Amino acid sequence: MAKMHIATTINGEPTEFLCEPHQSVLDVLRNTLGLTGSKEGCGTGDCGACSITLDGRLVCSCLVMAPEVEGRQITTIEGMAQGDHLHPLQQKFLELAALQCGICTPGFLVAAKALLEQNPDPTESEVRFWLAGNLCRCTGYDKIVRAVLETAADMKGAA
Amino acid sequence: MNAIDNKWIGQRTIRPDGADKVTGRACYSADLSMPGMIWAKVLRSPHAHAVIRGINTAKDEALPGVKAVVTAADMVEFPLDKSVMLGIQDMRWMSRNMLAREKALFHGHPIAAVAAISEEIAAQACKLIEVDYDVLQHAIEIEDAIKPDAPILHDFVRHEGQKSNIAGTMVIKQGDIEAGFAEADIVIERSFKTRPVHQGYIEPHACTVSCTADGKVTIWSSSQGQFMVRGMTSLLTGIPQSNIRAIPAEIGGGFGAKTIIYLEPVAVLLSKKSGRPVKLVMTRDEVFRSTGPTSGSMSTIKIGAKKDGTIVAGQGTFYLQAGALPGSPLRGAVGCSFGPYDIPNVLSVGYDVLCNRSKVAAYRAPGAPIGAYVMESVLDELAEALKIDPLELRLKNSAKKGTKASYGAVFGAITFEETIRAIKEHPHYSAPLEHAPEKGVLRGRGVASGFWYNAGGESSAQVNITEDGNVTVTTGHPDVGGSRASIANVTAELLGIEHKRISVLIGDTASIGFSNLTGGSRVTFASAMVVTQSAEKVIAQLRERAAKIWKIDPEAVAWANGEARPAGPNAGQFPPLTLKDLAAKANEMGGPIGAGVQLTTTGADPGFATHVVDVEVDVELGIVRVLRYTAAQDVGRALHPDYVEGQVQGGVVQGIGWALAEEYLYDKQGRVDNASFLDYRMPVCSDVPFIEPLVLEIPNPKHPQGVRGAGEAPLVPPLAAINNAVYNALGKRFYSLPLSPPKVLAVIEG
Ligand code: FES
Ligand code: FES
Repeated sequence: MAKMHIATTINGEPTEFLCEPHQSVLDVLRNTLGLTGSKEGCGTGDCGACSITLDGRLVCSCLVMAPEVEGRQITTIEGMAQGDHLHPLQQKFLELAALQCGICTPGFLVAAKALLEQNPDPTESEVRFWLAGNLCRCTGYDKIVRAVLETAADMKGAA
Repeated sequence: MNAIDNKWIGQRTIRPDGADKVTGRACYSADLSMPGMIWAKVLRSPHAHAVIRGINTAKDEALPGVKAVVTAADMVEFPLDKSVMLGIQDMRWMSRNMLAREKALFHGHPIAAVAAISEEIAAQACKLIEVDYDVLQHAIEIEDAIKPDAPILHDFVRHEGQKSNIAGTMVIKQGDIEAGFAEADIVIERSFKTRPVHQGYIEPHACTVSCTADGKVTIWSSSQGQFMVRGMTSLLTGIPQSNIRAIPAEIGGGFGAKTIIYLEPVAVLLSKKSGRPVKLVMTRDEVFRSTGPTSGSMSTIKIGAKKDGTIVAGQGTFYLQAGALPGSPLRGAVGCSFGPYDIPNVLSVGYDVLCNRSKVAAYRAPGAPIGAYVMESVLDELAEALKIDPLELRLKNSAKKGTKASYGAVFGAITFEETIRAIKEHPHYSAPLEHAPEKGVLRGRGVASGFWYNAGGESSAQVNITEDGNVTVTTGHPDVGGSRASIANVTAELLGIEHKRISVLIGDTASIGFSNLTGGSRVTFASAMVVTQSAEKVIAQLRERAAKIWKIDPEAVAWANGEARPAGPNAGQFPPLTLKDLAAKANEMGGPIGAGVQLTTTGADPGFATHVVDVEVDVELGIVRVLRYTAAQDVGRALHPDYVEGQVQGGVVQGIGWALAEEYLYDKQGRVDNASFLDYRMPVCSDVPFIEPLVLEIPNPKHPQGVRGAGEAPLVPPLAAINNAVYNALGKRFYSLPLSPPKVLAVIEG
């Protein structure tokens, strides 16, 4: 079958690629475009390591078919820092050691950013339920939840 | 050393590899691609147990795009009657685990592998491989594997003279067990079961391998030891170690399971045949079916005690599932159950039981959580029967310095009692257990302790001063949870400079001396030791250089705060020379500055932990929730407290998963029925509370900074602590894990 030509926007940059109709966005990001910051922990929508936003909505990129992104806006972990300026969530994850092996970290950061955009002042339980789609096997989630709550508090203070 | 003298040790510095990891730049095993690279796929057995009569690869080799096909026939053969060891791994089992030889031993057992120009073609080609199977009866559970007419996995295995699935036995004996029980006022005997659980790292196994025409091999993969990758690949492919360079990628979790490999030798054989770099990545389904987990178990434990709580006898029998090839973690279950207690009479026996499941792999304190689960659950019953506070009972019997442990060691300066006291004095333990606001919800509290041996072993480090007066440190250990941050702190402390001036790297097998696995809770202990010795050598060089410049005796030069100074007024009056000054003059004063140390480290004393947990049980739904968790552990010295706390918090949550939810389901054909994160239920963020780590720092006298291991002990107590808390809530005892809703309801209703 002929490959499909897709034009989309990734982290603000116009991007074109060729794909098979059944390829996932995650596969294209990682293996066609070299954006390996999104991770594949399962490929079935159960771990959140591949989290991206599509037109501002948090999705598992392993569950989105590549042709679906035609004309849409994607953001990935690679688009989170501005130049060498880390996003406050990235900075807080470092300061509070909210990562151990770090494989889940891109997914958590993308998901947490989407949360704070929707709900700048979440409770602990809102953070926990929002992030329940992201698996981490190293940290016990403790420092991740704290980092998200503290970032929210800082950003509110700064606003 | 104490906290007051330290500028860097004990600081919560930002880890050296942090920025890469929060921006998505860090390169994990599946992230690397190479020009000309092709993709591999593994064909796996559709049967739980079958003789392989023949494999025909003609059709798939003819498929356009296929570049190479390998089977066990391409691998070095290790005859069944002769063991060849690499560390604790037997190559007879490792080779057969990677590619099945005589038999397919579990559903998902690798049979052959194909490399092709795309992953899709490789997968298609796998389907064209014709395998002639003679399907046999299978045994999945321990009961099925040890019954008299069980299907036998390996004809050469003998137990008590008979063909058997019991591949090995381990016995620990102390004193006279009969006499011990005769002395007891009370004897409690109980039987327990646990299910195999997967380590659950989020990064599936993956590697990229390049084999060139002159026989040189480069491997990029994530593992808990690049030297293990090199050693095992060498043995299984016959390529000398000097021709293999194993480069450690960032590792996305291992928890013991990545102390062995599944893919690299297979990919090397494919790369060699095809002449192309080969990438081989497991799916999550493959990870669940074919790697890990830790053993399931069936055990009986009997404790005899005096009325005052003194334990006089302990007897344990442990059947542990090995999976399809020998090697379950008997030492952890048999030894760690009674290990923390001073019991004069002990008999503890373990059996290594083969069954048609994937071969088990190490999982954080291998076997010890199983041993502690049964022991600590029975101690709870004993405390109740004798009306003694459960922590008092443990204090009364805890091993101390000089106690001869039942597993043979005489304990040095251990700190078990301190962890029990820390929990006893913690507000959590004395806080009243409040009633749940909802009806039909009951709350309970439980405690348990545990220990892990910890390990030293081979480590290498190199500390170099750069020409501009900064520092690079290289060690040989993959960093699974922040060990580079600890090493940066230690180096900064010793050299007296800002930690940001130090870069910490993990060397590949060609660039640093042999270093044993990241495992056994050894990395911080061992690498801090070799880095300390290397840094001390560097400081000696710096003092010599300053002495040469000042034309005084090196003994008259002191090194402090990152500069050389005259040691005292008699040494003369010279302005200090900084690291930068000395680096600038390095060439004219004797050459580059740097030193390395390669050492087999010793002195890693056991690590102890005591936990308290509050749970609530919904008696309608059978759901157990953890409300509050406090975990005390002595780590000797927390070089970087965040990453020590992280070890404790992560280990506890793994324990919560093991206790409450995780298990494999098999269908009648012996196939795993729940090989996904959806159906194999690991704890998610909303399942758990904050976990309070109570990190004790009682320095280990045998380590320069006082470090003990920290990584494994946190997974030892949770199973029993939670089991005991559920009893406290419901007044009903449970003897099998996980405490999943159907099981809890059955006991409540039954
Ligand atoms: S890889 Fe997409 S959710 Fe796991
Ligand atoms: S830090 Fe390892 S999985 Fe989250």
